[in-house]
Amino acid sequence: MKAVDVVIIGGGPAGLAAAIGAKNAGAGSILVIERDSRLGGILNQCIHNGFGLHTFNEELTGSEYSARYEAMARDLGVPVLLNSMVVDITPDRRVFAVNERGVQELQAKAVVLAMGCRERPRGSLNIAGSRTAGIFTAGTAQKFVNIDGWMPGREVVVLGSGDIGLIMARRMTLEGASVKAVAEVMPYSGGLKRNIVQCLDDFGIPLLLSHTVIEIFGKDRLSGVAIAEVDESRKPIEKTRRLVPCDTLLLSVGLIPENELSKMAGVKLSPATGGPYVNESFQTSVEGIFACGNVLHVHDLVDFVSEESEIAGANAAGYAMGRGLSGGGIPVIAGNGVRYCVPWHINPDNVIDKISLRFRVTGVYRNSRVSVRFDDNQVFGRKSMILTPGEMESVTLKKETIAKLASAKKITVSVEEG
Amino acid sequence: MFDCMIIGAGVVGCSIARELSRYNLDLCVLDKEEDAACVTSKANSGIVHAGYDAEPGSCKALFNARGQRMFEKLSRELDFPFKRCGSIVLGFKEDDIAVLNSLMERGTKNGLDDLRIIGKEELSLIEPNISENAVAALLAPSGGIVSPYEMTIALAENATQNGVKFFFGAKVQSLEKLSGRSGGEFFRAKTSKGCFESKIVINAAGLFADEINNMLSAIKFKVIPRKGEYCLLDSSEAGLVSHTVFQTPGPMGKGVLATQTADGNILLGPTSKDVLDKEDFSTTSDGLSEVLAKASRSLKKIPTDKIITSFAGLRAHVESDDFIAGESEDVKGLINFIGIESPGLSAAPALGEKAAQIACAILSPPRKHSFNPFRPKTPRFRELSNQERQALIEGDPNYGKIICRCEKVSKAEILAALRSPLKPSSLDAIKRRTRVGMGRCQSGFCMMKLVGIISEELGASPDAVTKFGGASTLLVCRNKSELKEEFE
Repeated sequence: MKAVDVVIIGGGPAGLAAAIGAKNAGAGSILVIERDSRLGGILNQCIHNGFGLHTFNEELTGSEYSARYEAMARDLGVPVLLNSMVVDITPDRRVFAVNERGVQELQAKAVVLAMGCRERPRGSLNIAGSRTAGIFTAGTAQKFVNIDGWMPGREVVVLGSGDIGLIMARRMTLEGASVKAVAEVMPYSGGLKRNIVQCLDDFGIPLLLSHTVIEIFGKDRLSGVAIAEVDESRKPIEKTRRLVPCDTLLLSVGLIPENELSKMAGVKLSPATGGPYVNESFQTSVEGIFACGNVLHVHDLVDFVSEESEIAGANAAGYAMGRGLSGGGIPVIAGNGVRYCVPWHINPDNVIDKISLRFRVTGVYRNSRVSVRFDDNQVFGRKSMILTPGEMESVTLKKETIAKLASAKKITVSVEEG
Repeated sequence: MFDCMIIGAGVVGCSIARELSRYNLDLCVLDKEEDAACVTSKANSGIVHAGYDAEPGSCKALFNARGQRMFEKLSRELDFPFKRCGSIVLGFKEDDIAVLNSLMERGTKNGLDDLRIIGKEELSLIEPNISENAVAALLAPSGGIVSPYEMTIALAENATQNGVKFFFGAKVQSLEKLSGRSGGEFFRAKTSKGCFESKIVINAAGLFADEINNMLSAIKFKVIPRKGEYCLLDSSEAGLVSHTVFQTPGPMGKGVLATQTADGNILLGPTSKDVLDKEDFSTTSDGLSEVLAKASRSLKKIPTDKIITSFAGLRAHVESDDFIAGESEDVKGLINFIGIESPGLSAAPALGEKAAQIACAILSPPRKHSFNPFRPKTPRFRELSNQERQALIEGDPNYGKIICRCEKVSKAEILAALRSPLKPSSLDAIKRRTRVGMGRCQSGFCMMKLVGIISEELGASPDAVTKFGGASTLLVCRNKSELKEEFE
C-alpha cells in the first residue's frame, strides 16, 4: 500500500484544477488517477469554441482549454496514473485502482472526487418502439465523430436541447449530415442561449419546444421516429403525432453525476443534484473526502468547474496537512424558484476570502430578482431579465458579508419578484 | 448427412443439442439469427418457476417440475448465473387467499412440499418494500432466477465443445421428407445457408415451430406471438425485492412480477398481449405504462428514474395452452417442441432430456466416452476480490483494462467472448456473454471501445461492426467522406 497526501479521482477539468489547487496549497504528494489514456476528460472531444471566457478572457476550444490546465499541472510536477480505473474506495480513504500492472492500493490523507458525469440513456425516458441500431447519446456520437473520425449517421433527429445535443446538431451538419430537428419536451431549452443561436439558428435547424419523440421505428437500423407536441403536463398530444424519417437519433436528455464510487465511500448524495452534499470547502459528508466539478453538480461552463475545483483541491491539501475544517455550518436553503444551491451549508470560520453560491432555478423567470437572505435579512439582490434552468446562476459573497452570518440560522437563496 | 438436425438455437434447441452431444451422433443446429438466444430466450423474465402454477398432469407441470430441479447441477457444470431466491405470490384481499390456497394445493399435486402461506407480518419482514396493501402471500422457496441468454449460450458452447455444429443465419425455407436409394427415409432442409440433410429433425423453432411442423405434417399448428413488455432497473436498486414477487391472478389478469435478475438488476413485467407479427419486438407506450401501473400494486414505490432500459419479448403461445413435446403423429422422425412458453425456460433442461430419449429410441446411438459436461470458466472481473484480480492481471494484462465501467468488464473478457466457440461478432452478442454495455450508462461510455476491439480482433472495418447482425451497423462512413460530392 502506498501513502499519498491527496488522491484525485479523475483527470478531467475538475481533477486537473483540483491537482493544481492542491499543489499550490503545498500538498506534499498528490496523485491524479485517470481511466483514459490521456488527461482532459470530456474536453478532448469538445473541439468547438466557447471555453475559457471567464478563466482566460479568451475563447478557446475545449481541447485547448484542457491543454492549458495540463501544461500547468505538468509545470507543477503533478504525478498522473493513466489508463487506471478506480474500482474501490473506503470511507477511511483507501483507494484501489486497476491497470495493466495490477491493482494499485493507495492510502490517501485526503481524496478529491472528480469523476464527472454520464449521459442519461434512452431507457430512462422509456421511449417506446424498436431497439434498433442508430440511437446514441449525443456525447457518444461526439466521441465517434471528433475522436475517432466516424459518422454515426446521415439523417439525424436530436432529442433534448442540452448543450451537447445543440453542439452535435451543428457538428453533424458540418460533417455533411442532415439534422431534421431538435425536439425539447420542456417549453424552454436546457442549453445555453448562445448555443441555440450558434448551433441551430445559424444553420436553420428547427428547435421544437414542447415536443418529444414518442416512438422509434426500424428493424436493423433506425428508419424514423414519431414526434409529437406535449401538453402542459408533458403528455404527448396524439393528434400532433408525425413521422420523421431518419437513420439516427441523438439523445441529449440530461447528465447524471457519476457517484458510484462516492456511494462506496459512504458519501451522502443529494437527490436534487445527484451529487454529494458539500460544505463551503467542498468537503462531503465523509471527512477528508472532497468533491468538485460535474460529479458534484452538472455545470454549463468549464470555467466554473475549474474555479471550484481549485478551491476543493486546496482544501483537500490543507486537510491532508492537518489543517482541520470546523464542522457544522449554517444551512443554505433553496428557496422559492431555486432547485438546489451548492454548497449545502457554510461555516463562516472556514471561509478564507469569498464564497460562490451556485444554483439553478426551477423554471423560466422574467424580470425577477435573485436574492440571498441571512434569516430574513437580504444581503444580496440582483435584478435579472431572464432566469432559466438551463443556465447555472452564481452569486459571490464577500468575506465581509459572510461575517454577518455568525448569528444567522439559515441562508436562503430565492427568486423574488422584480 | 447428419443424424439429427435441430432447428432453433433458443434455450430448448440448445438444451436438446447439449443432451444429444452425450452420444455418438452427427448433430447440427440451424438458426435464422446470428447467435444463440436471439429471440424469445433473450427477452423473458428469467424465472425458474417452482412449478405450482401449471395444471397438474399437463406437460407444463411435468417438465417444469423435472426441469427446475436440474438447474443447480447445470449451472455448476456450465457456469451461468443462477440463484434460488424463492418466489412469493402476493394476495391483496381476502378473496385472494382462497386463490393462494388453491395454488398451494396445485403445487403440492405437482410435487412441491415446501410451499406455505405467510401473513402480512412475515411478508413485510422478508420483503420490506412490498406494498402495505398485500395481506398474505404464497411462499415458494424453490423458485429461482437465471440469466436466460447466458444459460442458452452456455448450453450451445458446451454442445459445440462436444462436437455439435451450429449454423447461424440459416433460415429454413423448405423442409421435406425423402426416401433414399437404399429405402431409408431422411429429411432435407433448404436454408439461406444451403442444404442440410438428416435422419431426424427436432423442431425447437420457438415462434416459428408451427411453420416448421406445417412444412412436413398434415396435423397443423398455429403459434400466436404473445408480447410481454418489461422495464429493467439499475442494479443500484437491487434491494427493492429479494424474492421473485408475483401477484395473485384475478379478474384484472395475471398481473406482473417484480424480481431481481440473476445479474442483480430489478425487472418489472411482463404485459401479455397477442400480436400479429412474429418479429414485432417493439415496446409500446401503453405497454410500458401498464408494467409500471401494475407493478405499483406490489411495491410501495418504484424508482422510475432508475429505469435503464425497457424491452419486449414474444411468447410462443398455442391454443391448447400446453407444451406440444414429442414425436409427430404422422411424420416419423419429426420431434416437435411447439408452444414452449412459460414455464419453458424452467422446463428446458427436461425438454432436452425428453428429446434425447425419443431420438435415442430411433437412432440407438452409443454413448460418447469423451463427453465433457463442463464448460471452461471465464473469470468475471466484477465478481472477483482485489487479490484475485491482481493474480489475473499478472497472467494477462488485459484483465487490467476495464472497458465497461458500469459492469466492470475487462478487455480480456471481451476477447475471450470474441474467441468463444460460437464466434460471436456483434455488440449485442458480446454484451450477452460479458455484460459489457449492460449497465446504467447503457454503453454510452464503452461503445466506441467495443467497436474498436471487435473490428481489430475480426480484422473488419469499424463500419462493418453491427449491433446485432444484418444491417444493424453503428457507423455509416468516415467523416466528411460524403461532403465532397455535394460541393463538386
